Amino acid sequence: MSLFDYTIKELEAKLHNLEITVEELVKESYEQIKEVDGDVHAFLTLDEEKALEKARELDKREDKSGILFGIPAGIKDNIVTKGLRTTCASQFLDNFTDPLYNATVVDKLEAENPVAVGKLNMDEFAMGSSNENSGYEPTRNPWNTDHVPGGSSGGSAAAVAAGEVLFSLGSDTGGSIRQPAAFCGVVGMKPTYGRVSRFGLVAFASSLDQIGPLTRTVEDNARVMEVIAGHDKMDSTSADVDVPAYTEALTGDVKGLKIAVPKEYLAEGVSEEVKNSVMEALKVYESLGATWEEVSLPHSKYALATYYLLSSSEASANLARFDGVRYGVRSEKAENMLDMFVKSRSEGFGDEVKRRIMLGTFALSSGYYDAYYKKAQKVRTLIKNNFDKILEEYDVIVGPTTPTPAFKVGEKTSDPLTMYVNDILTIPVNLAGVPGISIPCGFSEEGLPIGLQIIGNYFDESTVYRAAHAFEQATEHHKKRPQLGGAK
Amino acid sequence: MAEISKEQVKHVANLARLEFDDEAVEQMANELSAIIEYAEQLNELDTENVKPTTHVLDLKNVMRKDEPKKWITQEEALKNAPDQKDGQIRVPSILE
Repeated sequence: MSLFDYTIKELEAKLHNLEITVEELVKESYEQIKEVDGDVHAFLTLDEEKALEKARELDKREDKSGILFGIPAGIKDNIVTKGLRTTCASQFLDNFTDPLYNATVVDKLEAENPVAVGKLNMDEFAMGSSNENSGYEPTRNPWNTDHVPGGSSGGSAAAVAAGEVLFSLGSDTGGSIRQPAAFCGVVGMKPTYGRVSRFGLVAFASSLDQIGPLTRTVEDNARVMEVIAGHDKMDSTSADVDVPAYTEALTGDVKGLKIAVPKEYLAEGVSEEVKNSVMEALKVYESLGATWEEVSLPHSKYALATYYLLSSSEASANLARFDGVRYGVRSEKAENMLDMFVKSRSEGFGDEVKRRIMLGTFALSSGYYDAYYKKAQKVRTLIKNNFDKILEEYDVIVGPTTPTPAFKVGEKTSDPLTMYVNDILTIPVNLAGVPGISIPCGFSEEGLPIGLQIIGNYFDESTVYRAAHAFEQATEHHKKRPQLGGAK
Repeated sequence: MAEISKEQVKHVANLARLEFDDEAVEQMANELSAIIEYAEQLNELDTENVKPTTHVLDLKNVMRKDEPKKWITQEEALKNAPDQKDGQIRVPSILE
């Protein structure tokens, strides 16, 4: 049995009681990385020397009582880490080895003393659903390396599934935490917009991006959320709302919980295997005393178009900062200043990033702004209203996280729209800004994980966690490990 | 208006400070046309009296005191610069 088969809470107790040392735990993390990461490619940058140094320092401390104390963790590579290379999986930032500050979430973690073992692979600048847009060797799914791990937080999900770290941080703009969590059979939470500070998260689409944790269990996830959530004066869009103790919500009791199931989430395009797993999950909820009813999110079918217009527009503005002047890789072919911008950007960005910058620049350009960008903002209001109305009556919304289990590497790379459709069940949640989690709820015939999505009301992550935890504890799906996930 | 021409692609590329060779311009025109055509389904919806959502939370302009504080040193600011000279970031000439 691997130390990584214990929950974070159990490991905290073992460290506290001196049954194990932080050094042992961190070494186990690197051993597993050496064992499997040649196949999984979850990590872009490792920091073994510094991590072991920190582990030994923590082992010497009298007080080992902190939440997450000594727990090995990975950080998605679009979250800035002081002195630790941060590339966003882009060749443009290949040489960005010495960032000057920590993202707020990293500072908040460091205050509790988990041990960061390295930075995690992703789709370049978080644009993608399969990690195939990484500027480096793409991450593979630990359950079957012929399949993608999902994206854009594919490295974050795969590293947890493969037992390389106990938890990771990801970011979710249109499903980038939940979709890879579903594909890799782990728990991934996208908090309410504004719940977690975005300061130091390299911005993709500022009105949609949120940072959240990926873990093996719901309890682990709630523990990490307690640490990273909260208002931050460095992020003017972070909300000044009290953070409850999420772990206290994990009562196992969902009697009387009112669940809404949108018929659009079980419609055409969602595979039979996925539908069946969700229906089975609803039976579990019934047996636990919850009730469910079918509802409608009538504007869901417009979410994808809305999302691509808005997120690409915001991205085209956010990515204007990458110009080869102050950091990043500068083109050596440029003859003057303007040429340097153009050549550095054209050589540095990958194809998907360029496509989205182009789409966004077009949608914001003179003559098209009202027809595309503003129109999409108005449809966003309609989508948000759909959610508001249902969440007035129900505690949570439940459906699949993705239409199918993880697809094969190369299966969807030829046509951008085919790839985009994969996010159709997660995108509306970002547009509305509400919290959503993906938890394992079954396996396909091929043995690939299937994810259940639970969506809650604004700032009510507690109810989402309570519902997720009750289901998890009543089932065994979360106990299954991939072949590359360490022995169980 | 679903068709995006090669001229439009070149115009937008210039706005975005990107450049593409002829083959890539053609491919980009096709891909953007397909995405925009897909996006035009939004026109099925009457949004005449709908307010746009720029932001999901009820936040107005958030202000904080503008207080000077130590952030980074000049040396630190130059750490990741691709080219520098005499304590400053160096770039190619701006004037011809």
